[in-house]
Amino acid sequence: MSLTLPADEPLVATEAESRIAVATQRQLIWWRFRRHKLAVISAVVVIAFYLVAIFADPLAVSPPWDTNASRGYIPPQAIHWFDNGSFHPYVYGLKGKRDLRTFKLSYAPDPSEKRYLTLFARGYAYSLFGLIPTDIHLLGVADGHPENSLFLLGTDQMGRDLFSRLVLATRTSLTIGLVGVTLSLVLGVLLGGLSGLQGGVADVVIQRVIEILRSIPTIPLWMGLAAAVPTSWSPNQVYFAITLIISLIGWTELARVVRGRFLALREEDFITAAELAGASRMRIIFRHMVPSFLSHIIAAVSLALPAMIISETTLSFLGLGLRPPAISWGVLLQDAQNLETLALAPWLLFAAIPVIVVILAFNFLGDGLRDAADPYG
Amino acid sequence: MDKPVVVQAALAFPPPGALRRETPERGEPILLVRNLQTHFFQDEGVVRAVDGASFDLYPGRTLGIVGESGCGKSVTARSILRIVERPGRIVQGEILLRRHDGGVLDLVRQNPRSPVMRTIRGGEIGLVFQEPMSSLSAYHTIGNQLIEAIRLHARLSKRAARERAIELLAMVGIPHPAQRVDAYSFQLSGGLRQRVMIALALAGEPRILIADEPTTALDVTTQAQILDLLRRMRDERGLAVILITHDMGVIAEMADDVVVMYLGREVEKGPVDAIFHAPRHPYTRALLRSIPSVLAEPRSKLATLAGSIPHPYARPAGCPFHPRCGDFMPGVCDRAFPDETKLGARHATACFLYGRPA
Amino acid sequence: MLAYLARRLVLAVITVWAITLVTFIIMQLPPGDFVDAYMAQSAAMGSAFSAAEAAAMRHAYGLDQPIWVQYEKWLALVAHGQFGLSFEYGRPVTEVIGDRLWLTVALALLAIVVTWGLALPIGIYSAVRQYSIGDYIFTFLGFIGLAVPNFLLALIVMYIGFRAFGLNVGGLFSADQQLAPWSWTKLADLGRHLPAPVLILALAGTAQLVRIMRANLLDELRRPYVMTARARGLSEHRVILKYPVRAALNPFASTIGYLLPFTVSGSVIISVVLSLDTVGPLLLHSLLSQDMLLASTIILLLGILTVIGTLLSDLLLMWIDPRIRLGQRR
Repeated sequence: MSLTLPADEPLVATEAESRIAVATQRQLIWWRFRRHKLAVISAVVVIAFYLVAIFADPLAVSPPWDTNASRGYIPPQAIHWFDNGSFHPYVYGLKGKRDLRTFKLSYAPDPSEKRYLTLFARGYAYSLFGLIPTDIHLLGVADGHPENSLFLLGTDQMGRDLFSRLVLATRTSLTIGLVGVTLSLVLGVLLGGLSGLQGGVADVVIQRVIEILRSIPTIPLWMGLAAAVPTSWSPNQVYFAITLIISLIGWTELARVVRGRFLALREEDFITAAELAGASRMRIIFRHMVPSFLSHIIAAVSLALPAMIISETTLSFLGLGLRPPAISWGVLLQDAQNLETLALAPWLLFAAIPVIVVILAFNFLGDGLRDAADPYG
Repeated sequence: MDKPVVVQAALAFPPPGALRRETPERGEPILLVRNLQTHFFQDEGVVRAVDGASFDLYPGRTLGIVGESGCGKSVTARSILRIVERPGRIVQGEILLRRHDGGVLDLVRQNPRSPVMRTIRGGEIGLVFQEPMSSLSAYHTIGNQLIEAIRLHARLSKRAARERAIELLAMVGIPHPAQRVDAYSFQLSGGLRQRVMIALALAGEPRILIADEPTTALDVTTQAQILDLLRRMRDERGLAVILITHDMGVIAEMADDVVVMYLGREVEKGPVDAIFHAPRHPYTRALLRSIPSVLAEPRSKLATLAGSIPHPYARPAGCPFHPRCGDFMPGVCDRAFPDETKLGARHATACFLYGRPA
Repeated sequence: MLAYLARRLVLAVITVWAITLVTFIIMQLPPGDFVDAYMAQSAAMGSAFSAAEAAAMRHAYGLDQPIWVQYEKWLALVAHGQFGLSFEYGRPVTEVIGDRLWLTVALALLAIVVTWGLALPIGIYSAVRQYSIGDYIFTFLGFIGLAVPNFLLALIVMYIGFRAFGLNVGGLFSADQQLAPWSWTKLADLGRHLPAPVLILALAGTAQLVRIMRANLLDELRRPYVMTARARGLSEHRVILKYPVRAALNPFASTIGYLLPFTVSGSVIISVVLSLDTVGPLLLHSLLSQDMLLASTIILLLGILTVIGTLLSDLLLMWIDPRIRLGQRR
């Protein structure tokens, strides 16, 4: 009497089970990721932010660098959505008034004048992606001079439109994070990989370097390095110098993750199997190891990005990072540094909102990705 | 997750009862489990970890519960102690404990956190867990954990409890107990750790000892020593022992009565002789066939059980064993779960081979 | 155990050496040297230097020698506690820093105590009551704590304090106590000003530690020793507080290695925003005015104090972990 099942007898299996059985690694990660609602929402938020970064110029309303002291500290305008009962958004115009004691010109809303908002309006000239010269902006006012009348988030001391500056700052701050993470990633994967694969002296040395770097307070160190960036450098040079400084210290966490994965993978059966099958070292690394921890790297990157953004914002806020005329979230927040300014123009704190939102989104996204990549880790 | 059913290949497998003392008279049962059902309520569905277990436990006797991993053995043990963790819950059944004073208490009706349950845990029912490596705290000395357990169930001074702890360590056969009492668990070998676990389980002077896979993580010689120790404790103290294992060899060596479980269900139960000499359920037979024997013809292939345990969310309809069963009767076995059929005074099985549905 | 101790000590010494090296590099980074700066300063005040005088001065300070010789000389001076003169203040750097260093230490230590004091119970609560409303609230607050950079939090608190209560939360002392010598009144004044910056500084660290504690404890709660402790008849409180919490405490305590540098970093930033009399604003100011000797001394001292703090916490960790104490692990 045999207990073995006849071969043609199908085993009972649910549909879900057979789906799981044939799913690829990527599909499994995607399914697990989808379960984290917050992470999915965060992914959408992050994508939206990068879209803003890409289309910063058409999204901006007024020339972000043009100053006009008489327009200083205009509070955010209210948008009136309906005009005489029909949908026709407008803002009040501004009327210049000269203070008869100080003889300073200042602008105030003028309820008698309505400025209608238009889509795809003409504004200041720029070239889209640095290629296509145009002056079309998503939002504008009918007369084509929004810099005189449209201040959705108010203006700073020098009369520059905060909304437009915020949009452009998004581009700077988000890309500096990306470039910084890329540099960190290269360093992290190289050194972490060397550490995890080679072992021995290389491992010990790299681990000690990481330990030392992590035991030094980073901000004073950054400040010291950033302060050494010559004032004569162009904004682009400063941009790269700051990115370099941030990633010089930011690579340690990524290296730690990479090394950990390499160490764990070395013990895995399928790596041993590949080794026994005579696969070359390079083939094992790139064909077997890297794909299996790519998801971990992506998760680590999305957790490292907010740290980069915080670093840049902090340094610029202190006046040691990017300097005007560069525009970044930190540069914008620098204007809101003291209590007197905040009391006078609290809307300058608007620049804090995208910082917090994008950092939160990256954190949720990173958490979701990490859980999806390794439900047990 | 799927351990092979039997791993104890090196031990010569003694004929049941041959090495054992005369089975003592069954007195009054000390623990009655009736139709116990413990289910785990998870997002993906309900896992019926234990789905109707019933057995009696007598002082001085060993009840063996046997089955593959994931068949609900351990959950049965935790249900008795009321330490099933969320999202698990006892949904039905009775666990009747005869207490010191002769009164009978249904543990299912107790609040798991009540003082009564706490005195029962350790005080009346002790538990030895399967992983001696991680069942002890690495941050407290053995003595610390023992003294705590002793003083929980007896009014003793710290000094007296320490003396008692050393006695207990000596009793379970730990050399140099007076020094070892101050050791940390990671300073001991696996076998010694399991002895400490037994001493801990006995610290509250319980009358029932549940040993959940007590030898699984140990090497073969140590296994034999631990089983000896358990047997000695049972005989010296008149303990009622529930021995949970996936190892038919251990059952043969230790048990007086046997319950065979498959996917949370009892499929066969009876005295050890009946189970080994006249197994009825196809699953029991399969388990027995898969035991390696020194008497077998050399180089013959060891019988294995076809397939593996189904996913807990996808329990087959009808008798859960039917997809792996050689005697599968289409239209019968996949329709309903068979009722228990009495085969002798204490021998019963749940299989349609012995009791067709009307 | 001795091996562990030795390893930690050697690492600490190497770290201190690395910090001196980095500090020295920072000091050398700006174009021009000490003498250039001094000459510019003197020229501004009306007394010009001749090239010969400058060369003599360079020679006197050893600035004409190879860079590693300069480094050695500087290291020897620093080892004797001689950090040089601040250009800007014209006084010894140590004098300029003065009490500010100890106020920084006090601020950071208090923040760490508060961080632990908050994170430990919240972490335990969140793990034991996983997925309860309280857990969700703390998790949410934790994410906010992680997402709001220190300086933004300080800004926002300052603004809210001003708007809602008309308070100025900045500073460590009231105006009348600012320059007063140390007294009980001044100390009491400090005590009144400290809570806001300490809480702001502690928040981000707390958020991180709660996550660590919660994750560790959740891991530990699943371990068999918890179940066996329960099976012995211990009360639920006792089971959790004595065993898994004890086990989760170790990785928790070892986070101080990163918490300390993190908190010191944070203290620099929020001190700038809240204009606290710590080394933070001084560092920023000296960096902006290229007073490199002052700046590098501050960086050096902060780094060394952090290393000492980390070393002390390692010793503490060794003492509470029997596995390290008894030499079972490195």
